[in-house]
Amino acid sequence: MISSHLPILQVVVPLIAAPLMVLLRHGALAWLLAVGISWTALAIALALLAEVAGGGLISYALGNWPPPWGIEYRVDSVNAYLAVIVSMVAAVVVVYMRRSVEAEVPRERHYLFYTMYALCLAGLLGISMTGDAFNLFVFLEISSLSTYVLIALGRDRRALMAGYQYLIMGTIGATFFVIGVGLLYLETGTLNLADMAARLPRVTDVRPVLAALAFITVGISLKLALFPLHLWLPNAYAYAPSAVTAFIAATATKVMVYVLLRFYYSVFGESAVFSALPMGGILLALSLAAIFIASVVAIFQDNVKRMFAYSSVAQIGYITLGVSFDSATGLTAGIVHLFNHALTKGGLFLLLGGIALRLGAVRFDAIGGIGRAMPLTSFGIVLGGLSLIGVPATVGFVSKWYLVLAALERGEGWIAFAVVASSLLAVAYVWRFVEVAYFREPAGKIAELKEAPASMLVPAWLMIAGCVYFGLDTALTLGGAGDAAKVLLRGTW
Amino acid sequence: MVTSETVIVLALIVPAAGAVLIAAAHRAPNLREAVTLATAAMLFALVGSLTPELLAGARPQARLAEVMPGIELAFEVEPLGMLFALVASGLWIVTSLYSIGYMRGNEEAHQTRYYVCFALALASTIGIAFAANLFTLFLFYEALTLITYPLVTHHGTEEARRAGRLYIGMLIGTSIVFLLVAIIWTWAIAGTIEFELGGILRANASNATIGVLLALYVFGIGKAAVMPVHRWLPAAMVAPVPVSALLHAVAVVKAGVFAVLKVVVYVFGVETIAGMTSVEWLPFVAGFTIIAASIVALRSDNLKRRLAYSTVSQLSYVVLAAALLTPLSIIGAALHIVTHALGKITLFFAAGAIYTASHKTEVSQLNGIGRRMPWTMGAFAVGSLSMIGLPPAAGFVSKWYILSGAMATGQWGAVAVLVAGTLLSAGYLLPIVYRAFFLSPAPADGHHQAHGEAPLTMVIAVSASAFGTVALFFYPEALLALSRQLAGPG
Repeated sequence: MISSHLPILQVVVPLIAAPLMVLLRHGALAWLLAVGISWTALAIALALLAEVAGGGLISYALGNWPPPWGIEYRVDSVNAYLAVIVSMVAAVVVVYMRRSVEAEVPRERHYLFYTMYALCLAGLLGISMTGDAFNLFVFLEISSLSTYVLIALGRDRRALMAGYQYLIMGTIGATFFVIGVGLLYLETGTLNLADMAARLPRVTDVRPVLAALAFITVGISLKLALFPLHLWLPNAYAYAPSAVTAFIAATATKVMVYVLLRFYYSVFGESAVFSALPMGGILLALSLAAIFIASVVAIFQDNVKRMFAYSSVAQIGYITLGVSFDSATGLTAGIVHLFNHALTKGGLFLLLGGIALRLGAVRFDAIGGIGRAMPLTSFGIVLGGLSLIGVPATVGFVSKWYLVLAALERGEGWIAFAVVASSLLAVAYVWRFVEVAYFREPAGKIAELKEAPASMLVPAWLMIAGCVYFGLDTALTLGGAGDAAKVLLRGTW
Repeated sequence: MVTSETVIVLALIVPAAGAVLIAAAHRAPNLREAVTLATAAMLFALVGSLTPELLAGARPQARLAEVMPGIELAFEVEPLGMLFALVASGLWIVTSLYSIGYMRGNEEAHQTRYYVCFALALASTIGIAFAANLFTLFLFYEALTLITYPLVTHHGTEEARRAGRLYIGMLIGTSIVFLLVAIIWTWAIAGTIEFELGGILRANASNATIGVLLALYVFGIGKAAVMPVHRWLPAAMVAPVPVSALLHAVAVVKAGVFAVLKVVVYVFGVETIAGMTSVEWLPFVAGFTIIAASIVALRSDNLKRRLAYSTVSQLSYVVLAAALLTPLSIIGAALHIVTHALGKITLFFAAGAIYTASHKTEVSQLNGIGRRMPWTMGAFAVGSLSMIGLPPAAGFVSKWYILSGAMATGQWGAVAVLVAGTLLSAGYLLPIVYRAFFLSPAPADGHHQAHGEAPLTMVIAVSASAFGTVALFFYPEALLALSRQLAGPG
């Protein structure tokens, strides 16, 4: 039965597509293949989510080698939810890619671009499926290496530098992670995460375990751009090709948050991380710093793409803030924001790509009056911005509601106020766009601009419409996040 | 047979659908304006058709979706919301009539956008009025702020942009930082955010918590313009005059005081917090706003600015009445939302008519204008009487109830504020009427070309609202019947 092989198909389909694309050496065919694998991935992810709904667990032994000797793929509500986010974003962005990549990447490299995209997708989905620490590291490297290439393919020459910067930081992060995994292997003698979790409590030599926790935390934090380890992110997002920015902004950091959650709750255990160690306090402080500092920096950017990149650093802060509460409500807030922010920021970067296509740049001083020239694109950006602010009837509101509730549940009103006050900073940077887009007279080139092509506008608006739809119907998103939080807090995997 | 649930949903859809049709008719201004008027009339009829049911004691509901567990997008019509919806939809008809004259008379640009936003603002207002819980109220409260932003910044000038910043900054800012936290806190304490006569916070909150929550609500509802959260309102005067009418009378500030009153009656519960020491600060803040805003109005020569501060002051009558926490004053508060709307819209219509006909904006320029614009200035006089609270204008009725409430419970400080406020409002409004009718115009100096009355639709609108102000004084029964239901059983 093919349905019993879904966990591995989720990863293998895009992984096999990559070499096929190289063999094809044809941009359009590679794109078609990319669409096929992305939509297949979404279908598989949804099927997996349905299968594990309500606390189920799928254990898949790779090559029939029984775990913990062979590699195990282990799917529950948490990873299935994550795979849905990744593949959903992929399924939408891949449609958009054709026009955008045509304009931004040299023709002879198109098939390579899609190859890298397929590898990146395989890596991200692999991370979310696997139950093996070293396998996770391999997929982490696959997704990272392909991301470096994708970023460096940006039209701007600074994209090379940005890709390089990310390469250095990402490699350090991955190295830290693998050192941590190595220490755990030394102490437990296993690489299977569930097995590792079962053996850890019996380990008497605590210091290497603590070191492993530290290495893994820092390594993953680098990759998920937790303040102050976020320095690679703004340049990478700003100079990567538009479609790449949208794809990685909506998926890569989210997957790394998942890895952190998995290690904290399913490997080390909640009590070890949050009770015996002050991780909650550290995460709380860093998250608040991320939210406030990155938001303020965002206000002063002169490039719209960079502004939203800094906004991403702040939004990651909201996610880790939810995690830092270490409560059902807090985790739900953090996990639902993975989805909500993916949708919002994905949509925003896709819309910006439309402006980049028509205008070549998305600097504030170049887009005055864009509201009249590209009304659908501009209005979409405003709606996405409202979701960043957290206006009701958008997904941002749902996240904010749960974050504030989690803070109030802990009796810490000041955090609740910090969360809502930080929304005002989002008002400030979103309104900067509103004023530039609608209050300036369209001058020169702007006045003659056409709206973005439908093949880009439709996917972008699909995400923006999703921001509103999932702001009013949260059964799937909030329900899934709630399930995931419950599974994580249960501890055993 | 159309169910009342359908009527509620229609009342939300009709103005929104009207907005779409208005946008579609952008090439044919006459058709476009006809759509606006027809939509307004239809909305008023829809809202009005629910009244008999309500008076009979029914509470029609429409529950649309569960947004988050336990948190619904839902509507329930109760007397206070009904009053607000009636006022808003009724005045929309008059304002539309007036808008046609004003926007054409002043050759304003972007008229289609203007009418579209106006219709959407009304849809949001109906959403606020009929909201069954705090979430739905908050949703439409924010929607109203956002949809009125293009109206406030209609002229697109630097000044409009700055006013828009203040408008968005203060209204969105206070609503997110204070109101949203208050709502989530209420949810955390009471486990519900559904409105319920008598309140939902009965035994679950301490004296201190109630005090802090009340402050979060009062200052979080920035649209109520309680000082110091009032600055956005005078700044927004940069918008076209019919927009000021929308802000001051039809929807925006009314949504603010409506929400405050609704929260006091349906979230806190009058009887629950009546004896609490932690809520005693509210009358002082409201009283201060009444007096301070009146003094600013007294010192303003610009007519629209004077009226704006008059609004700030009058809104706090509603807040003060709510804060007195007696059945009589609650009735007075509900009535004052209606009577102030009628009186203030008359004054703004008159100010706009003066501007359209003569391009005069300052009080000191108005000497003798009553002879040229007798209808307009006659209506202005009626509106002034209503603001002050003198018969035969509707303002008298609401002030009477507020004052009775204050006296019946021996809250003499409030009585003093009410008396002082009345004297001050006479002080800033009557001199305008006096100038208009009894002083002779300044000698011609080039600015003052000959002019007559404003365009016909504007004169009709201003006369209609003045007529309504007087009519409500003589026939307040329907209003009273609705607002008495607020005072609770018995």
